Amino acid sequence: MKKYKVVTSISYPTKGAMGKTGSWRVFKPIFDKEKCIKCLRCWIFCPESSIKQEKDGTISIDYEYCKGCGICAAECKVKAIIMEREVQK
Amino acid sequence: MTIMIDTGNHIAAKAAVMAKPDVVAAYPITPQTTLVEGIASFKAAGEFTGEYICVESEHSAMSACIGASAAGSRVFTGTSSHGLLLMHEMLHWAALARLPIVMCNINRVVGPGWNIWADENDSISQRDTGWIQFYCSSNQEIFDTVIQAFKLAEHEKISLPVMISYNAFVLSHTSMPVDIPEQKVIDDFLGKYKPQWKLDVKNPITFGNIIGPVGYFNVRKAMINAHENALKLIPQIAQEWKQKSGYYHGGLIEEYKCDNAEYILLCMGAIGAESKVAIDEMKKKGIKIGLARVRTFRPSPIDEFIRLGNKADLIVIDRNISPGLGGALFAEVKSAIYDKSDAKVYGFIAGLGGTDVTYKDIETMCKKAINGKAKESELYGVVEV
Repeated sequence: MKKYKVVTSISYPTKGAMGKTGSWRVFKPIFDKEKCIKCLRCWIFCPESSIKQEKDGTISIDYEYCKGCGICAAECKVKAIIMEREVQK
Repeated sequence: MTIMIDTGNHIAAKAAVMAKPDVVAAYPITPQTTLVEGIASFKAAGEFTGEYICVESEHSAMSACIGASAAGSRVFTGTSSHGLLLMHEMLHWAALARLPIVMCNINRVVGPGWNIWADENDSISQRDTGWIQFYCSSNQEIFDTVIQAFKLAEHEKISLPVMISYNAFVLSHTSMPVDIPEQKVIDDFLGKYKPQWKLDVKNPITFGNIIGPVGYFNVRKAMINAHENALKLIPQIAQEWKQKSGYYHGGLIEEYKCDNAEYILLCMGAIGAESKVAIDEMKKKGIKIGLARVRTFRPSPIDEFIRLGNKADLIVIDRNISPGLGGALFAEVKSAIYDKSDAKVYGFIAGLGGTDVTYKDIETMCKKAINGKAKESELYGVVEV
């Protein structure tokens, strides 16, 4: 990857540059594999790349980085993702 | 070399187009309108082949310029007064992202009341945004400074946006003959733009994202270094342009008849041209006075102020005011020479609201200071109504 000499706020692609942002979550997306129609809208819309494609065509959620924004749940047409209040354990 | 007799705005448009920007994004505002219309005419005639983006506000204009510059384009825009103020947030953005955008600002009064005449408070209020700021005193200087500005902004030791200010109507709408060099001279002088960084799908990065305290302080430090580099590069680039075009308007400042001067007048913009006439008149009467016209307000030519302060007493005329303090240039000159020179510094604030400042007015102000009748800082030319 090409790095630039100029000193400004440029970010290069890296995993978790701001730490494990999953801890910011208030609402947690819960995925129901039975309802999933494998359209991958959630995967397209997730702004944090926290939706992972699985071999069977469905998805999984990376809770280490998912901030709980709820976009995946809003975009899912079959309600295979719902948001639940995060419970501190 | 051809001679073009035209207004400051049309000359700025010509210079901008000859610098071959990839993108111009602008929104019209009096007295800048004929500048962007000029560029649009060049676009219609096929002389400007870059993208012309019409936007819905100046905030959008600067945002579009930032986007285009971040994508690696050479970018030009222009604005004035309230348009510049609406850009304020994005001016900081452009400078901190180190994007070499070149912009003309036509100095116009800030309202209310609504007034379209010359006054520098619009650009003076942008002095802490990190932009390099030039002030021009003739249409030839506007042309030459726009060309120099691209070279400076895009220099690897600078990588900062540059603002070129000139007075509303006094220059923007006044025709003067200007020597226009051949296109090849400008092409050779500027070369192809090599961005210091750019958004590129083949090398994905993001910019302007979250940055911690330590990182941010480093971004500021780099910007300060770039301004220090500009103090050396501005005179150097002005000399290079002189060799290419034959035209020279000074480096950080333009000195006029300062040899053996006991008093030196400092000012910016079009008042600087009028001051030359005033200096000639006073010289005829045996007054030992010279002129130092400040071309570069940012970075501040501190060492030049100290050098002048060690030669003579200083008289500063500001066409701007920081209410509660005084003229901006006056305050900066005093601050620069503190503890370094014993020069007396007199400040006059004149021409606010676009009131005329003639060579006779300038002579009156200088004589008042020289005769010991001036206060340390005072308003000149207020007519009670």
